[in-house]
Amino acid sequence: MNKVQSNKAWFLVLPMLLLVAFSAIIPLMTVVNYSVQDVFDPNTRFFTGTEWFVAMLNDPALQGALLRQFAFSFTILAIQIPLGIGIALLMPKQGWRASLVLILVTLPLLIPWNVVGSIWQIFTRGDIGLMGWGLRELGYGYNITRNPLDAWATIILMDVWHWTPLIALLCYSGLRSIPEAYYQAARIDRASRWAVFRYIQLPKLTNVLVIGVLLRFMHSFMIYAEPFVLTGGGPGSSTTFLSQSLAIMAIAQFDVGPSAAFSLIYFLIILLVCWVFYTAIMNLQKDKS
Amino acid sequence: MAQITLNALAHTYSPDPAGPKDYAIRQMSHVWQQGGAYALLGPSGCGKSTLLNIISGLLEPSDGEVIFDDRIVNALPPEERNIAQVFQFPVIYDTMTVFDNLAFPLRNIKTPEAQIKGKVEEVADILDLTPLLSRKAKNLTADEKQKVSMGRGLVRDDVSAILFDEPLTVIDPQLKWKLRRKLKEIHQRFNITMIYVTHDQLEASTFADKIAVMYEGQVVQFGTPRELFETPAHTFVGYFIGSPGMNFLEVTLTPQGLAFGTLPIPVAPALLEAARHSGSSNIKLGIRPEFIEVSEAPGDETLAVEVEDVQDLGTYAILSFRIGSAAFKARLDEGVSPQGPRAHVRLPAEATHLYIDEYRVEVTQ
Amino acid sequence: MSLKLDSIDHVVNGNAHIEGIDLELAPGSFNVLLGRTLAGKTTLMRLMAGLDRPTRGRILMNGEDVTGVSVRRRNVSMVYQQFINYPTLTVFDNIASPLRLARVAKAEITRRVHEVAEMLHIDHLLSRYPQELSGGQQQRTAMGRALVKEADLILFDEPLVNLDYKLREEFRQELRELFKARNCIAVYATTEPNEALALGGKTAVLHEGRLLQYGRTEDVYHRPRDLLTAEMFSEPPINVVPGLVSGREVTFDRSMHFPLNEDLGSLAPGQYHFGVRPSHIGLTPQADDDLELEVRVELAEISGSETFLHVGNELFSLVLHLAGVHEFRVDQPLKVYLPTHRVYAFDRDGAVVHIPSHLGGK
Repeated sequence: MNKVQSNKAWFLVLPMLLLVAFSAIIPLMTVVNYSVQDVFDPNTRFFTGTEWFVAMLNDPALQGALLRQFAFSFTILAIQIPLGIGIALLMPKQGWRASLVLILVTLPLLIPWNVVGSIWQIFTRGDIGLMGWGLRELGYGYNITRNPLDAWATIILMDVWHWTPLIALLCYSGLRSIPEAYYQAARIDRASRWAVFRYIQLPKLTNVLVIGVLLRFMHSFMIYAEPFVLTGGGPGSSTTFLSQSLAIMAIAQFDVGPSAAFSLIYFLIILLVCWVFYTAIMNLQKDKS
Repeated sequence: MAQITLNALAHTYSPDPAGPKDYAIRQMSHVWQQGGAYALLGPSGCGKSTLLNIISGLLEPSDGEVIFDDRIVNALPPEERNIAQVFQFPVIYDTMTVFDNLAFPLRNIKTPEAQIKGKVEEVADILDLTPLLSRKAKNLTADEKQKVSMGRGLVRDDVSAILFDEPLTVIDPQLKWKLRRKLKEIHQRFNITMIYVTHDQLEASTFADKIAVMYEGQVVQFGTPRELFETPAHTFVGYFIGSPGMNFLEVTLTPQGLAFGTLPIPVAPALLEAARHSGSSNIKLGIRPEFIEVSEAPGDETLAVEVEDVQDLGTYAILSFRIGSAAFKARLDEGVSPQGPRAHVRLPAEATHLYIDEYRVEVTQ
Repeated sequence: MSLKLDSIDHVVNGNAHIEGIDLELAPGSFNVLLGRTLAGKTTLMRLMAGLDRPTRGRILMNGEDVTGVSVRRRNVSMVYQQFINYPTLTVFDNIASPLRLARVAKAEITRRVHEVAEMLHIDHLLSRYPQELSGGQQQRTAMGRALVKEADLILFDEPLVNLDYKLREEFRQELRELFKARNCIAVYATTEPNEALALGGKTAVLHEGRLLQYGRTEDVYHRPRDLLTAEMFSEPPINVVPGLVSGREVTFDRSMHFPLNEDLGSLAPGQYHFGVRPSHIGLTPQADDDLELEVRVELAEISGSETFLHVGNELFSLVLHLAGVHEFRVDQPLKVYLPTHRVYAFDRDGAVVHIPSHLGGK
């Protein structure tokens, strides 16, 4: 469009540009800078090229963390997406019940990450935690500090508790946007409850679900505080995910170069998975057309 | 196949209605014949959507009965009434093909697949959808989508009535008449009662054999398009139907007869008798612009009037004039136009109607 | 104030939305921009308002070049399809808002708002909020805001499409009267030929970014310059029949022959497009030389007081516009009569070569 031009507008955009530069571009460049150098002290550094990257990709500990990370992310997605849809379908549509249920469902989302970890840490303790104590009373030798399976199951349960509401909320809003006429038409066509879900509700939920899956994937791929508080990554390294490995390397061992390289790999993996997922969904929708 | 009877039907949304004002639908009784094409016509807020929802079963009426053939269906939900409905915005199953959309109602009642195929192809042929059968419904144009949603009603053998809720709202103006023709064709071909809800007089009159004009929750006239035009039963019908609408003159009853101000208005004796008998002071004369005769020279029974405006509408012109303080419009044929500020008009008695308390007085000679 | 568009082009991403438009609007004139969707009506209005800048050409107000001047510095107002009002302000404050921005004195604001509200019949609603109003009342409020400013140029972009037909009728009538007494330039975009006729004034017919014809509305309607204008400015669309003039005979559609009458007398032998208005074809013969056609009814569209009859046979289809309500069955056989002395003729390039003599001929 040939709008009437006014160059003053650039001044209005400038603060935003500066903000983005400081918050994203400059830190990222710093990381890139470290990843190709070996830093001994502020005055001594060598250029290492891709050396750190090669080393990181070959590190068995990190490979293990990466596999665990994928396993974790896919498991929680496989549980949270169907569960979230299910909850959204069951939520009341209007009236005070709708508001009440909405508040109750949203509550876990309001709790900070490390508090969630603490809550579950106490909850699962064998002596005073309701769940830990209860399971033991029932005769199951539940112990998240010794049994990797228990630790895993608990972390997944915790994440499902914490984040399924997000999927439920997204789906709830998606369901609300379906015009009443669609349900009327389906009733007139004598569609079964399943057919209504399959042919009306699910197609209309596709868009919000794409957002939900992407958000949850990125989120879960970066999970840090909750397992750190709950299991500390153990027993052994059975619940040490990528971000915790990175933190150990960067902070505890102060290996700036390798951890910078690792950060970039980490970042690229997330980017790649999201891109692949997004493109796949978009192509799927195009195929329909 | 069904005859739809509304028996003393009324509906209020209020738990304890105080008077007619609280009723969205005021008491009415109508019989809608099996196989007829009907329209519910009225401005927004007149109650036509409420009535439609009562007929389709989305709403249970607070008073009276809805009867399909001999069965009272008041409490039956839509799926048990054997009706189909076409909505204002096309409702189709996006992810299905056109074929699957049309087959959907049949599959839901477990019809054998071979039978479905035959039925779907038959309906698709009538609706000119055959070349589109394998396409995804999502990518159709609005008029094609509306045909698909209509088709879902037509595939079922048990459908007794199809309800249309402003179905042409989203259709391109150039395509509307084709779809209107299709609707007519389908109505002639299938022996199905059809009810068409709209606020547009063109839609209603083109589609329906009989139109129920609704105003403030009441059906003020139930008649053919021609009756609505020639003998509007209520002043609202006179106003709402026709462009421009009917002219009205508020007259008073004097010992000598009817008068507008000091101007005596001659009417048939029977009408005058009816006006006297009613005891009402709300008396109006109504005449449509099409029936007013305009001439340059005075003649028998003409009134001399001041011309206010002549509006050339291409195929005809509209002459605006005043009788006293009442604004009138008359339709002039193309090329006829009074020269000068004065004209002479005649209001033919056969086209002039008398309205008492807004309703037309009918006199059998 | 006068407004002049001087060979305006508007190109967006290589697509010409407006091409070579020259148009001069006289002070106090009411102008209708008539064209189908995407004909360039809105683009042209945006250029007039100064919301967009033309790629080429100049815009002159009172002879002064205002081409690059922003909309803020021009005294224009605009009314849109959607009913655009400030939802948190009352009707009074909505209408008063342009005056407050211009720092008009308080007493003066009150006086002018009341005056405009009275003109638009919303003076009893001044303390209400827009969402409490009907669609028609909301649009009246938006119009009030445009009118109160006493702008030099008021632009209406299809303001009535979202209202039902009775309200449209009333609005057209009122606008016609309202602008008789105002000396600003009004420009009104519409897709409906009948709306242009009802509003009167002058009409500019636009098609694909070009100006086809501009003049008094009735003149453009009755005396179109070419076939395209006639087609754009006719609802229902004008019937176009290809025909051949040879010797003393006219042949319509290779099948119907009639002698070249005195009305069409001047046509040289050759191919033509003949245009017949839907209202001129009748169900009874009106003259001896009417052409009798046997057709079948495709559909009778009834508008309440008029009937648009679509008919056809194997060779052609026609539309008739009949006064009053007539009922027909689909596929009913019918005879219709086409008046041979009331046809337009267009040459092969579409330029009008003959206008019926009852309109003064050509």
